[in-house]
Amino acid sequence: MGLTGLFLITFLIVHCGLNAMIFFNDGGDTFNHWAHFMGTNLIIRTMEIGLFLFLLLHIVQGLMLVSQNNAARPVKYAVNKAEKNSKWYSRSMGLLGTLILLFLVLHLYHFWVPSRMGGLGSIHALEETSLPSYAGQEAHNLYKEMLVVFQNNIVVVIIYVLGVFSLFWHLLHGFQSAFQTFGVNHKRYTPIINTIGVLYSVIICLLFASMPVAMYMGWVS
Amino acid sequence: MALDAKIPQGEMSEKWNYYKGHVKLVNPANKRKLEVIVVGTGLAGASAAASLGEMGYKVKAFCFQDSPRRAHSIAAQGGINAAKNYQNDGDSVFRLFYDTVKGGDYRAREGNVYRLAEVSASIIDQCVAQGVPFAREYGGLLSNRSFGGTQVQRTFYAAGQTGQQLLLGAYSALERQVALGTVKMYSRHEMLDVVMIDGKARGIIARDLVTGELERHFGHAVLLCTGGYGNVFYLSTNAMGSNVTAAWKAHKKGAYFGNPCFTQIHPTCIPVSGDHQSKLTLMSESLRNDGRIWVPKKKDDNRKAVDIPEEERDYYLERRYPAFGNLVPRDVASRAAKERCDEGYGVGTTKMAVYLDFKDAIIRYGKTEAGKTGNENADSATILELGKKVVAEKYGNLFEMYEKITGENPYETPMRIYPAVHYTMGGLWVDYELQTTIPGLYSLGEANFSDHGANRLGASALMQGLADGYFVIPYTLGNYLADEIRTASIPTNHPAFEQAEKEVSDRINRLMNIKGSQSVESMHKRLGKIMWDKCGMARNEQGLKTAIEEIKQLKEEFWRDVKIPGDINEFNPELDKAGRVADFIELGLLMCMDALNKNESCGGHFREESQTEDGEAKRDDENFSYVAAWEMKGDNAWELHKEPLSFEIVKPSQRSYK
Amino acid sequence: MEHYNMNLTLKVWRQKNGKSNGSFESYQVKDISSEMSFLELFDVLNEQLIRDGKDPIAFDHDCREGICGACSMYINGQAHGPWQKNTTCQLHMRAFKDGDTIVVEPWRSKAFPVIKDLVVDRTAFDRIIQAGGYISVNTGNAQDANALPIDKKDADAAFDAAACIGCGACVATCKNGSAMLFVSAKISQLSMLPQGQPERETRALNMVAQMDKEGFGNCTNTYACEAECPKGISVANIARMNREFLRAGMNSED
Repeated sequence: MGLTGLFLITFLIVHCGLNAMIFFNDGGDTFNHWAHFMGTNLIIRTMEIGLFLFLLLHIVQGLMLVSQNNAARPVKYAVNKAEKNSKWYSRSMGLLGTLILLFLVLHLYHFWVPSRMGGLGSIHALEETSLPSYAGQEAHNLYKEMLVVFQNNIVVVIIYVLGVFSLFWHLLHGFQSAFQTFGVNHKRYTPIINTIGVLYSVIICLLFASMPVAMYMGWVS
Repeated sequence: MALDAKIPQGEMSEKWNYYKGHVKLVNPANKRKLEVIVVGTGLAGASAAASLGEMGYKVKAFCFQDSPRRAHSIAAQGGINAAKNYQNDGDSVFRLFYDTVKGGDYRAREGNVYRLAEVSASIIDQCVAQGVPFAREYGGLLSNRSFGGTQVQRTFYAAGQTGQQLLLGAYSALERQVALGTVKMYSRHEMLDVVMIDGKARGIIARDLVTGELERHFGHAVLLCTGGYGNVFYLSTNAMGSNVTAAWKAHKKGAYFGNPCFTQIHPTCIPVSGDHQSKLTLMSESLRNDGRIWVPKKKDDNRKAVDIPEEERDYYLERRYPAFGNLVPRDVASRAAKERCDEGYGVGTTKMAVYLDFKDAIIRYGKTEAGKTGNENADSATILELGKKVVAEKYGNLFEMYEKITGENPYETPMRIYPAVHYTMGGLWVDYELQTTIPGLYSLGEANFSDHGANRLGASALMQGLADGYFVIPYTLGNYLADEIRTASIPTNHPAFEQAEKEVSDRINRLMNIKGSQSVESMHKRLGKIMWDKCGMARNEQGLKTAIEEIKQLKEEFWRDVKIPGDINEFNPELDKAGRVADFIELGLLMCMDALNKNESCGGHFREESQTEDGEAKRDDENFSYVAAWEMKGDNAWELHKEPLSFEIVKPSQRSYK
Repeated sequence: MEHYNMNLTLKVWRQKNGKSNGSFESYQVKDISSEMSFLELFDVLNEQLIRDGKDPIAFDHDCREGICGACSMYINGQAHGPWQKNTTCQLHMRAFKDGDTIVVEPWRSKAFPVIKDLVVDRTAFDRIIQAGGYISVNTGNAQDANALPIDKKDADAAFDAAACIGCGACVATCKNGSAMLFVSAKISQLSMLPQGQPERETRALNMVAQMDKEGFGNCTNTYACEAECPKGISVANIARMNREFLRAGMNSED
């Protein structure tokens, strides 16, 4: 759980950093350039397979954990004041993970499917565009796709924000929990790790959430 | 039968060596064929079972708790003595021996006590090797403290949880043997009889407390390590389950009971708060190193402690015993508290308590701390704050425990304390080899009478339990078993097993069929009250005679009117308790008879008829320098056998703490 | 401290034995003193039940001073009740007020089957210790105790881990029914001491294997165990156990 989690945490940094390029507000040139790079580089594409495998593993591990842990307590408590001894989100990783997974299905459908499988069957293909800032490089206009998805659809924006909100709590526990699982618990370093974990969760999720919002509000176009 | 303590020949310091050099041995191939039953898994039982298992014997260990780790040795707080002389302050085996014999008020056997002091050092080595986390100095070496007013620092400790750490060490050694298959563990089992074949102990009848079934277990020898019987007083610092049943069954089968009336009343316990009280909690003796004990000078003074000015306080221990002050031995401190309360100077709602005050210690420490930082003119608030910090470091966990129980903050207002039953020096009579008067039946730890005489010194109980289990019984048991190598395992369908099981079963049926009107608990409480009032801290002829009659009556009433709910063949704690209380009632009778017979004051036994003009205990060596070993002769009847005590080395003198 | 009396409603789990189904029963108790301990409340109730010809409630208890680890009640949704760093026997009625309803359940865990009412079978803990919670030193094998100096810091840390009373509140309170706090406390204690080094790796592997075999759940680091542990055993021990386990797993040749 911790190992796959940490991998996914690293992925999120890349993903978030890349997407944040929409805030250059340059008509998506920079963003599209790097998206193109990510979509065509052989190493990255190989790693993408790894990413899916890890994600799958993370989900399978999670499901196994939930079923084993449920089996460990066949009779539940009639009254249980878990809030007295632990944080709600640390106890709700399964639920948060499921919400994130549901969101992920929509998210992949919005972006990954058209960008990777566009043109296959009835799947619409992404527009091609040339990037003026990059010597007229040809690339998928993923940026425009984002605008299409977010600009006029408040429901989608809300779902995205909620998805990221689930991710926030999931990360808030998951980040420091992964270190504990690897045996890192130190009087001096653990508070530092925890602070980084909180900062990481806040920054990543704020950035992610601000993307659909910014597009909907027309702050970037 | 003449009592032979079987003390080996030779100089005191050579006896144990001589014994070890001449004792019979069992060869390893034969050990595998010999079965040993160990009842009780506290310090004595767990250490014995583990050690015997390691040696290759086939061991079966029994405890009534759900796990051997819960035996009441776990609750010991203070520490364990050992004559290591790590502090270079003049300690030695001889001094530990001397202090123990003197502290026991000259009613213990010198030979046994010398051996105890001798093996004490090995106990610490063994426990450290097991990973027991004793307190250490910054240099990494073991730390010691002075305990119970001794003049040397010989007490090893692990914060306020020494008993816990030592027991967990012994428990882990025991579980290791369970894993290796040399020991078979039976938890939630209670021994209900000793099986005798041809005059020897050959097994036990045990009851599975979960199913209620009776089981027969054969053993070439049986070891009773079943702890003390302080719960005869109902209220004590013992665990709720602590009982005399195993020892009492042995007594009924012919094992003599030694010095039953010798009870230790510990001076610093949290007082009774009401009728609901089920047990009493000890506040470690170490508190007396810094706390001052006092009561108001005025009778029935209802002011709050902090409102009573200094000149209206009576620091009665400091007044009566200027040399030792608040550090007088347990028995002396206990009686002095009772005396004040009986006279009407007690404090708290029940008026059966005295104050243990840390104010002066807090100020003293606070000033020292302020001085360390050069703050000579610190104001009183700063001093108090600094002082409280020091006190919290030393006694924090005890203060917390006190506050949990009473709801009062002992940093601000003095603790209320009162004496409570803590330890029983009496127990099954054993010889030097820890064998009772029944061949093949041994008794270890608090369950036997052997080492503490009439009063036990602080930090000596843990020492004795582990000495018996780790370092005495592994040698002495071989001396008996060496002659048993030709005895094949006796099948448990032997008539003696049948007979014993039937007796146990009949008794249980009889108890269940009384179907009376009074609960076991209520009758236990009544027994406790009789014992505490008339056979407690102070005893007199009249009171003891009345108590004997009252207990006889209670016994009759119990067997006529006790009410036990539930069934036999199920988990039934009320039935377990009923059997134990029935035994306590008979034991209470014997304790009163023993106390009546001992018309002298010694150690924890204070006969009002035998005191000096200023109310101090007066021993009578001429008439009572013996071990009173009682043989049961039928219903409510006993015969007294005397094992004379002679003192070659530590010459008896009257203890004085003035 | 002001004392007061209270009337209470108790809802207690009743279960005849391990095979039968249990259910809650309600009981009224009157004039309960705020100075009573929680177990004394049960004494009073049991006396009442016996008087009324009913079966008293079975519950584990022994020392009643917070050290033996026998008492084990889940009180109003919390292991050992509302006070922190506290056992059931040390919980006092001051924690409640007149008119309160108190719900009491046994530890709930597959590895701790109910024996009767509030009594559960915790021998799984003993079997975990049997798997390696010891240092293999026979009686008489030991060298002089001071021949092996131990850094005070390590000795103190080992003591903190060794303070575990084996009550099972960690298992009871963990949403996953995990025994990691218990197991890690023992593994930590012994791994921090020089005496524990020779068996360090086999100990970690075997104890963890036994823990899994007993049917305890897995740790998801909610840290509820630490919050409810009567002795305040730290989850840093769990991290240490994870380290020990990883290290042992990597070095293992099996």
